[in-house]
Amino acid sequence: MVDFWWNYAWPGLWIVVQILFLVVPLLIVVAYLTYAERKVIGLMQLRMGPNVVGPFGLLQPFADALKLMTKELIIPTGANRVVFLMAPMLTFVLAMVGWAVIPVSEGWVLSNINVGVLYLFAISSLGVYGIIMAGWASNSKYPFLGALRSAAQMVSYEVSIGFVIITVLLAVGSLNLTDIVLAQKNVWFFIPLFPMFIVFVISALAETNRAPFDLPEAEAELVTGYNVEYSAMAFALFFLGEYANMVLMSGMTVILFLGGWLPPFDNAIFNWVPGLVWFALKVSVILFVFLWVRATLPRYRYDQLMRLGWKVFLPLSLGWVVLTAGAIVVFGWYPGIVN
Amino acid sequence: MIIQALAFYLFAATAVASGVMVISARNPVHSVLFLILAFFNSAGLFVLIGAEFLAMILVVVYVGAVAVLFLFVVMMLDINFAEMREGFLQYLPIGALIGIILAAELILVFGSWVVSPEAAQILSAPELPAGGVTNTHALGQLIYTDYIYLFQSAGLVLLVAMIGAIVLTLRHRPDVRRQKISDQVGRRREDVIEIRDIPTGSGV
Repeated sequence: MVDFWWNYAWPGLWIVVQILFLVVPLLIVVAYLTYAERKVIGLMQLRMGPNVVGPFGLLQPFADALKLMTKELIIPTGANRVVFLMAPMLTFVLAMVGWAVIPVSEGWVLSNINVGVLYLFAISSLGVYGIIMAGWASNSKYPFLGALRSAAQMVSYEVSIGFVIITVLLAVGSLNLTDIVLAQKNVWFFIPLFPMFIVFVISALAETNRAPFDLPEAEAELVTGYNVEYSAMAFALFFLGEYANMVLMSGMTVILFLGGWLPPFDNAIFNWVPGLVWFALKVSVILFVFLWVRATLPRYRYDQLMRLGWKVFLPLSLGWVVLTAGAIVVFGWYPGIVN
Repeated sequence: MIIQALAFYLFAATAVASGVMVISARNPVHSVLFLILAFFNSAGLFVLIGAEFLAMILVVVYVGAVAVLFLFVVMMLDINFAEMREGFLQYLPIGALIGIILAAELILVFGSWVVSPEAAQILSAPELPAGGVTNTHALGQLIYTDYIYLFQSAGLVLLVAMIGAIVLTLRHRPDVRRQKISDQVGRRREDVIEIRDIPTGSGV
């Protein structure tokens, strides 16, 4: 019995505690991201944003959550019940599990696996299932149209994300996320790989279905697309999933290009600030860009979206992979092979 | 060791069960979803034997891309489910025959398979060998040095298949008006807008 406790129960319990320490702050971040979005866009449009519930409207996310939890969940008669209910759960779970490999500070990672980048890429490419299942299971026109658009869009932009990741991997020589961050000790990758940084950020917008690529939920033509038929907690899970995905993609951008938890300059004052703070700051900057873009740009037309993905980003990122590989071979900048 | 064994039986049983559901589910969309579950469990099995690179590639390629297109196509099809059930019995003998042949081949192969005595030990604790080479690195070294010509020819086969698919579906329709993006981007305000003061009552 004692053996069982030390070998199985205690490590299992410890992992659960670690997961809670990651997921609970993450959910709070997601809740306040919705608040930040309304506040930031409100200020950009010379409005106040939420300002009634609590001081400066700070309790607004909790009011929203309570409202959504107490509402009735309506399942349409023609819907495929199991798939209909599975879709929002899948979206939410996928947005959460990606965080298992994100190092938020040196050694602060749930699972430091060798193929961290591939795992993240796999998880982010699965996000499309939640949307496509929701669209199909609703058995309704607009959700289905939204789901089809989203499937085409996410598959297209995944390709260029893949090539961008390959460029970074060429410069690092490892698939481990901690190694990727440590390889940026001297210079953050967004300087040598600047075009790829831009491609990645734009593709991240498309991958998370955010403005200006929010065609799957274009409210003017598809009455918010795939989640029309959803109400109450099922809708809330979609909403949380979308915002958690935004945070995840920002975290990925920070790790691949902005040096993760590393301070911008290697001096005593900056090193004194904990890595977690730097990581959170950088993620906030990228998230602000997400919101800023939404308040600034009009929505892309569908053919423009496809053209950008296949005819601009794909050749550009493919060319940059060849260029990076060529530069590494010609100048002999082989990254130190970490394991 | 117990946990690995439990995980193995969980993944293996779910993979087999979802494989059965793929062919027995009434709704083709459910079949594809079960296929995805089967892929996932196979990826889990790869992780258990320490082949994490293969596991991730399986998820990225099959679940992330191929199955999405499957699902896309199956959802768009207008299928009569009753007709499909009739076909099931009709094709059952051929399917069963192919299954039996495959099973016989597998039994023949595994019958003569000798398991290395260290295998059980390695399986119980999949970790880096003494050289400190991860399996991603090892695979890269094998593919890009020892088997480079085979790898390149596989790539060429895929390229030919891709070009073939494009050629088969590409249609040049002369009556369709296309957008010229360079013209649109190159359009200047001065060329298209003219501001005039118009005296009342005289027109342009």
